[in-house]
Amino acid sequence: MATYKYHLLVCGGTGCKASNSEGIITALNRTIEEKGLENDVKTVTTGCFGFCEKGPIVKILPDNTFYTQVKPDDAKEIIEEHIIKGRKVTRLLYTDPETKKHVSDSKHMGFYQKQIRIALRNCGFLDPENIEESISRDAYQALGKALTEMNPQQVIDEIKKSGLRGRGGGGFPTGLKWEIAAKNQADQKYVVCNADEGDPGAFMDRSILEGDPHSVLEAMAICGYTMGANKGLIYIRAEYPLAIKRLKIAIKQAQEYGLLGHNIMGTGFDFDIEMRYGAGAFVCGEETALIHSMEGERGEPTFKPPFPAQSGYKGKPTNVNNVETFANVPVILLKGAEWFSSIGTEKSKGTKVFALAGKINNVGLIEVPMGTTLREVIFEIGGGIKDGKKFKAVQTGGPSGGCLTEKHLDTPIDFDNLLAAGSMMGSGGMIVMDEDDCMVAMAKFFLDFTVEESCGKCTPCRVGNKRLYEILDKITKGEGTLEDLDNLRNLSYVIKDTALCGLGQTSPNPVLATLDNFYDEYIAHVVDKKCPAGACKDLMNYYVIEENCVGCTACARACPVNCISGERKMPHHIDQTACIKCGTCMEKCKFNAIEIK
Amino acid sequence: MAKITSLNDLRKIKDDLQEKIRLRENAESPDSLAQIKVGMATSGIASGAKEVFNFLVEELQKRNISAVVTQTGDMGYSYAEPTIEVTLPGQPPVVFGWVNITKADEIIEKYIRNGELVEGIIPANYKTIDE
Repeated sequence: MATYKYHLLVCGGTGCKASNSEGIITALNRTIEEKGLENDVKTVTTGCFGFCEKGPIVKILPDNTFYTQVKPDDAKEIIEEHIIKGRKVTRLLYTDPETKKHVSDSKHMGFYQKQIRIALRNCGFLDPENIEESISRDAYQALGKALTEMNPQQVIDEIKKSGLRGRGGGGFPTGLKWEIAAKNQADQKYVVCNADEGDPGAFMDRSILEGDPHSVLEAMAICGYTMGANKGLIYIRAEYPLAIKRLKIAIKQAQEYGLLGHNIMGTGFDFDIEMRYGAGAFVCGEETALIHSMEGERGEPTFKPPFPAQSGYKGKPTNVNNVETFANVPVILLKGAEWFSSIGTEKSKGTKVFALAGKINNVGLIEVPMGTTLREVIFEIGGGIKDGKKFKAVQTGGPSGGCLTEKHLDTPIDFDNLLAAGSMMGSGGMIVMDEDDCMVAMAKFFLDFTVEESCGKCTPCRVGNKRLYEILDKITKGEGTLEDLDNLRNLSYVIKDTALCGLGQTSPNPVLATLDNFYDEYIAHVVDKKCPAGACKDLMNYYVIEENCVGCTACARACPVNCISGERKMPHHIDQTACIKCGTCMEKCKFNAIEIK
Repeated sequence: MAKITSLNDLRKIKDDLQEKIRLRENAESPDSLAQIKVGMATSGIASGAKEVFNFLVEELQKRNISAVVTQTGDMGYSYAEPTIEVTLPGQPPVVFGWVNITKADEIIEKYIRNGELVEGIIPANYKTIDE
């Protein structure tokens, strides 16, 4: 066996793949072959490193050198300089946005220093298409331990003791959920993995499935053992082709190794997993809707009780957990509940994966202990706001959550604190907004999403959300009244109280949260007919600053609707009734003589 | 591939496979392991640094010692090539000169295993810009 001196890890997540990481691997392998280094250097396609902002990522081990935005053409230089001559390729290193210095290795990057990676432990470390690499990192050890050394109740107790709560958003204690499912007797039971990740800007579950599928398969089998189920189903949206491909490979390899299927590890326990594809409807993340979709029915929720634990898939007891929840389970069994519960806050144990998106420098995937503050996440790990702008708010929990503002920056993030602050954990999407984002328009964006995604079964959600959207639309056009603001609030409460499922019960949250935190912005839209952030087009007007205008006519010539008039060398004038607010005049003016008011 | 039929089976396979990713696991926590840098600029390579580098990687693995071996540029001690720098956890780095295979073997057995100093140390007589 060759003793490799270097492992070159290349990110093969969806993000980096889209920027041609496969081409990088091909080029690296070609150069390695040309230089006769096949026995010294090995390339590995891994899951997501999380640092998607600067992808594609190539990480060189053992020295942890972290190359960003690598192109296939760089492969030759990496091999010739770094591998053969031992000199780092400085231009590809990550540059710290604050100090402007190159950071030589990932251990010194602010992005990684505050993170603890449990659910993402193998993402960016292993080849997800090779079960041997997973086995070498303890895959299926926890399953083996549970099957041979523990009875089902002991496993449930361990999970209960760890304090693990559902990572899909609800935060229900996982051990308790398993116990309820275990107590219901039936001839057939099911374990379901909810991989229907639908929040705009969220990609935690996808990355786990792409980077470490075996951790989820193993945890599903463990769950099956505790509740007496021998069938697992993964409900995944068809928009995740890479995750589906890697899951299929993983299931097949696990079956070949006897780690799934009949008589697992000689213990007499049978468990097999199949895939079910969703069409990408947001409501199918709700467990009853998800189950109906798997049964071939319309993806519509039904009233609980009965809970899936009593009557779920095909009327049998079914336990539904989210991908990230499952990914935590094997580690808990191997390292112990005490270890897990030592991380986090009093009522929220362990870590949480967040997808950072929006106006933030380090867009990507991070995993931090519960109780980390928003400030640490945004400014230390996330590298602060893009282009030095001012932080305004962060939307957590996607369309079901709310926004957190500057006053919440030092709140430790956990399930209960976020609820108290008027938002929610959700599945972990974090959309960061800066001073240029209008909060009314943001609320409108999410309502637009929920109106689109509402299944239409219950009136409050189908009709109520549409009305909310219409009022918001009116306000952003400058046609709102103060009465509309009261109506918004009242209607929001009615929808929350009367909608059938989680989608409708939470969809007014972005409206309520922005009303609470940014009431002055609503007032500005309604009373002054202005958008303070300058984002609502209908409320902006372009004006010529007469002192600055030299009459060069550049704007008048560029205006697509010819609404700018004026003599040469004399100040110009914009006809507000004809202006379409395209902003071309402002772009063309060399004298800063156009302003928005 | 034979099926895994027991937990012991799985554990055995894991131990066999772990060797393949040991380099990656070691790199996760470099500060808790011996770190060895081999000066591999032109003069280093010409005096045999490459052979020493290969020897270190292979022998450390064979002798079951966890360490991170990397190559680096010219350390400046051209008169004493090949040179290697060894940093044991929590200790200041020590540079050894005139390292051939025999010397490397001695360094592994005496210094890395037992912390016992051996002949050939080049005293640090420089300051780095971080100090």
